[in-house]
Amino acid sequence: MTDRILTVRMEAHPADSNTLDRYEATGGYATLRKALVEMSPEQIRDEVKAANLRGRGGAGFPAGVKWGFLAPAEPRYLVINADESEPGTFKDRQLLERDPHQLIEGIVLSSYALGVNHAFIYIRGEYARPARRVQRAVEEAYDAGYLGENILDSGLALDVMVHLGAGAYICGEETALLNSLEGRRGEPRLKPPFPAVEGLYAKPTIVNNVETISNIPWIIANGGSAYDAIGPEGSRGTRIFSLSGHVARPGNYEVVMGMTWREMIYQIGGGIRDGNELKCWIPGGASAPWFTPAVLDEPVTLDDAGRLGSMLGSGGIVVMDETTDVVAAALSIVKFFAHESCGQCTPCREGATWLERILQRIVTGHGREADIGLLLDVCDNISPGLRWPPAQTTICPLGPSLVSPITSIMTHFRSEVEAMIRHAEPAGV
Amino acid sequence: MSWPDDVVERAEVMVAKYPESRSAVMPLLYLAMREDKGLTLDGMRQVADYTGLTPVQVESVASFYSMYKRDSVGDYIVSVCTSISCHLLGGDEVLEAVAEETGVPPGETGSDGRLSVEGVECIGACGGAPAVQVNYELVEGVTPDSARRLCRWLADDQPVVISSDQMQADFGGIRSFEWGPAEPGGATGPVPAFGPLGTEGQRS
Ligand SMILES: Cc1cc2nc3c(=O)[nH]c(=O)nc-3n(C[C@H](O)[C@H](O)[C@H](O)COP(=O)(O)O)c2cc1C
Ligand code: FES
Repeated sequence: MTDRILTVRMEAHPADSNTLDRYEATGGYATLRKALVEMSPEQIRDEVKAANLRGRGGAGFPAGVKWGFLAPAEPRYLVINADESEPGTFKDRQLLERDPHQLIEGIVLSSYALGVNHAFIYIRGEYARPARRVQRAVEEAYDAGYLGENILDSGLALDVMVHLGAGAYICGEETALLNSLEGRRGEPRLKPPFPAVEGLYAKPTIVNNVETISNIPWIIANGGSAYDAIGPEGSRGTRIFSLSGHVARPGNYEVVMGMTWREMIYQIGGGIRDGNELKCWIPGGASAPWFTPAVLDEPVTLDDAGRLGSMLGSGGIVVMDETTDVVAAALSIVKFFAHESCGQCTPCREGATWLERILQRIVTGHGREADIGLLLDVCDNISPGLRWPPAQTTICPLGPSLVSPITSIMTHFRSEVEAMIRHAEPAGV
Repeated sequence: MSWPDDVVERAEVMVAKYPESRSAVMPLLYLAMREDKGLTLDGMRQVADYTGLTPVQVESVASFYSMYKRDSVGDYIVSVCTSISCHLLGGDEVLEAVAEETGVPPGETGSDGRLSVEGVECIGACGGAPAVQVNYELVEGVTPDSARRLCRWLADDQPVVISSDQMQADFGGIRSFEWGPAEPGGATGPVPAFGPLGTEGQRS
């Protein structure tokens, strides 16, 4: 039974898993070589569809289904989302640095399947080292004939370009990313039209996450049904979770989904540092509502996380122990979204500023009686009804992400917020 | 003022690589920043010339992204992460230590123009929290103490090349993951060391 797909090579060959030599010596590009001769683009698309691979960028949309929406107009583009900026998430960085050829082989296979001749890898600006590693791998791939005019004499032409972002979380949102790649401000676009119909330069475009596309070589080598046999229904395949915070063994862990949160935190993560008690955790990046020990025995799957009012999102699990000031933690997250709001939509732009200001005064000991109601009221303006999945009054889901930390502390730790306010000094002091 | 020949050549290569020249705005802005140690009006005018935009359009793009600095920046930008995972493990204290040791408050550049300090949002190193970057080269698992030493090293040694590997060995601790092979070189200025579409790690 396969329990790891993406991190096998880098663990077996830590010294050179990023090089073309090692990639080829461990079977790399053999799948591409074979597929270009033996498979039609349609067959590749069918395998990816059969795999039931769900996107690893955050939304969990099935990759094969998205590919099916790609409009016939030409040219078409493939864009790899390597903007990884969701606090708590650092898995794509490892894939970029340690196994860039796995991603590139996935890009070539996907491009062949989608009729794409120009692909981009959009890497966040702060990832200078990962970008260098990927760029070197791209150059190696060109030199070896895996990229370029006539790939492995198959007639397939594909250019791959690495594009560096410049410090804007919102550019991880796919339409903002496309604007950024076009040389514009990274503001999300209204959907529809979806990128698959009108994306980069208004042409049909598929945007997929680094981890999503890194799975493609394995899927084509082993077949979609083999991938679909791994893990529980709805959460097929392996997934790399980034564990951080007060966990004893932080790091990236590639696992088959379906274990319990208890196993995730206590076995994989080694439990809580210093033998402390677990207080709560964020299950899928800073945008996700928090979980508490009440759900420790629930399975780690996309659908179960959704049922419990949160999401696996980007795979970033942030663990907080009993010593955590949860209001200060919520403030840290709200600050993040306030800083990263692109400012297009009023509820998000204004709401973020208000939420940050109110939380700030509570944390610094100047909270007021009315602040809890005020916080929830502002949240309700951003995401009416405060339900899950969240309603949205904004162009993109960044707005509702602001709400997650607030509803989390209000649902689970309201008494702590109230106590903070009760002990506050009178306003103005 | 116009760019030196080698920069012009690289700018032309960048513009030619993209399906539409406007897409070259971002790499060209890095190039401009590198030439002038920060974005100048003149630099943005040059970017406009290459991309067929107006200088105002270029400025509008530049102002959207936090890594394009309108004010001049130091030779070193020290960026301390204060997002959630780093916040939980002492990132705020690291930022305080850096500000105190250098005498440069977050968001500002020292009067001698050598060093800028900033608190930044998640830099994808949460498993090695608290994390710091110098000129976008990473060091993980720092403490307020090791961050102070890092600042003293920058001030005393004035290193020409900022290397992640070296900083990690001298000032780092726990990492998000095994980094793999050593990587010589690194950043030689306050822009990400990435070529050929951005800037190079080492310039001869
Ligand atoms: C505010 C925001 C930030 C996002 N950031 C990222 C990101 O950094 N990386 C990523 O792959 N997807 C990110 N996404 C999701 C993308 O919009 C998109 O769904 C994803 O790249 C599609 O790839 P996938 O289907 O392979 O997951 C973000 C979404 C939003 C709303
Ligand atoms: S939270 Fe600091 S690196 Fe992610």
